Amino acid sequence: MTGTELTGTTMAPPAASPASPASPASRRDSARIRARTVRQAKSVSLNGLGLLIALATLFPIFWMVSTAFKPSQEIYSLTPSLLPAHPTVGNFDQVISGQVTGGIGPIWLFFRNSLAVTLSTVVFASILSLLASVAVARFRFRLRTTLLVLLLIVQMIPGQALIIALFLDFKSLNLLGSLLGLIVVYSAQALPVTIWMLRNFVATIPRELEEAAAIDGATAQRIFWRILFPLVAPGLVATSIFAFITAYNEFIVALTFLGQAQSAYTLPIYVTYFFGRGGAAWGPIMAASTMYTIPVMIFFLIVRRRLVGGLVAGAVKG
Amino acid sequence: MAQSIRSDHAPRSVPRLSGPGTARERLGTFVRRHKLAPYLLLAPALIGIALVLLWPLAQVAIYSFQNYGLAQITGVLPAQWVGFANFSTTFTDPEFWLSLRNSLLFAIVAVPLTLLVGTIVGLLLNRLGKKMSIFVSTAALLAWATPPVSASVLFYWMFNPDGGIVDWALARMPHWLVGGTDWAGYNWATNGPVQAYTMIAILVVWQAFPFVAVTLLAGLKTIPAELTEAARVDGASPWRVFRRITFPLLKPIYLVLLLLSVIWDFNIFTQSYIIISLGNQNEYNLSMYIYDKAFGFPPSYGLGGALALIFALILLVVTVGYVRASIRQGALT
Repeated sequence: MTGTELTGTTMAPPAASPASPASPASRRDSARIRARTVRQAKSVSLNGLGLLIALATLFPIFWMVSTAFKPSQEIYSLTPSLLPAHPTVGNFDQVISGQVTGGIGPIWLFFRNSLAVTLSTVVFASILSLLASVAVARFRFRLRTTLLVLLLIVQMIPGQALIIALFLDFKSLNLLGSLLGLIVVYSAQALPVTIWMLRNFVATIPRELEEAAAIDGATAQRIFWRILFPLVAPGLVATSIFAFITAYNEFIVALTFLGQAQSAYTLPIYVTYFFGRGGAAWGPIMAASTMYTIPVMIFFLIVRRRLVGGLVAGAVKG
Repeated sequence: MAQSIRSDHAPRSVPRLSGPGTARERLGTFVRRHKLAPYLLLAPALIGIALVLLWPLAQVAIYSFQNYGLAQITGVLPAQWVGFANFSTTFTDPEFWLSLRNSLLFAIVAVPLTLLVGTIVGLLLNRLGKKMSIFVSTAALLAWATPPVSASVLFYWMFNPDGGIVDWALARMPHWLVGGTDWAGYNWATNGPVQAYTMIAILVVWQAFPFVAVTLLAGLKTIPAELTEAARVDGASPWRVFRRITFPLLKPIYLVLLLLSVIWDFNIFTQSYIIISLGNQNEYNLSMYIYDKAFGFPPSYGLGGALALIFALILLVVTVGYVRASIRQGALT
């Protein structure tokens, strides 16, 4: 390296200096300026790329919301505009009142169904996986490792492979058109992953804490509620998120189980139902999708830190 | 072994046994002496998994050798064993091979595309300033949060021949860029598997790249900055830095992401069911073919069972790879 000023700016193009400098001092200056320009150009191009990616990623969501607020003549206009020229809540009105082509009731009914299924799944999956994760993280027993590997494999069994047997089983149990059937299936489907996630959390809690409490005479219940539970609570948040997403988004089981039982439809089934029936009523369809999507987006934004940490731990570590 | 276990526990259980003991205490002693605690804790979860995930899989295997259909489900006729008839019907059906081909080709295109976009965004997030990085990751988070059903309906609308924004934009672009097709009113969903799966691939990449980017970012943060900095000072190009330093260090994460993506993309049902819809046989993927065979008319749970079994076996191969990669990464420690 000749010019010491060049250190750290090796990305600078070697040739193509525009003006021939007169003195060594001004040459140093021009090199410094050039280095700064390159740095700025790089920063601008990086930020430009970031902006482009972010806008491209946001566009479909923007388009959904924008369409939802457009009156129908604007939706089918030959020159679509980005924003509605005459924004209207008419599409939302139709969806909320249930007075929409192909509609089967006000959207709140399906919100209620989805909420009932999702919350029950979160509660069941959390309780069952907490118990199981304590077992695999704290006890040594026969087939423990086999069990953990089995859970990893079971987690990957696709719903499509099981749906035939599940349909026939739940039909004979008379649980097809009911929310209870969905809750049972979703809770079990979430378990392999939630057990793994919680196991990773329990395993990080030092065993000495519990041992010290045990020596001081605390009962097993007390140790669990006073020591283990508060420490594993962040893990429970992560598993709850996973169970929530599993249940709120699930499609194939709900599609197959609910069939014609329209009053038990969950939101995804409701949205696809009148997507299929409503002809080309894109305004109300986008309004319904928006209402279905926005809550989960807000939820993701609230829990974003835990989501990234927890789900990555769950996915990469098992 | 048994000796040592007993002697371990003798001091703790003896004082409790010496008292008269309520039923509850005696139960506790019984659990402790036989080391039942882990099994009791596991029982509820394992019963759920066994009944809802494992037993149905076994049933599917049984159905695949039976002629289980409409007459059987209504109880008119009992199910009969038919040997490998369902499998030979499947393997001689050209639609099966077509749907398998569609599934495979889709995964071959969508998986590398997801990993590529995810890598670019992950590397970018690692280099960007704080504000911009939050903006980009928030956008990615929102795409990730969109439920598959919403996303599918939304992309169907964007690619719709009547009023869809994609056809409108393509029709206004110069021909040298977008080819000579008349894009106005172009139907992506029904014009053939290539068109339909192009649309689904864009949708799937849009939904899946955030997970890849965020996972890689977590990995990138563990790489000491001095390492890549030093290489860059020594004049290595960004591509070389990635290939020689970043990628080798992130290889285990890449392996897991690759296998997960293969499993997910080979599996897709929600997106293809909504966008392609039942009836377009030449655009079926394996999932839709199975669903149609099992629940179409007349329903054939035996044929569907055979297909589901084949499907599960194909996925098992990938899953074993995924499990091995996870274990090698220290999942079991």
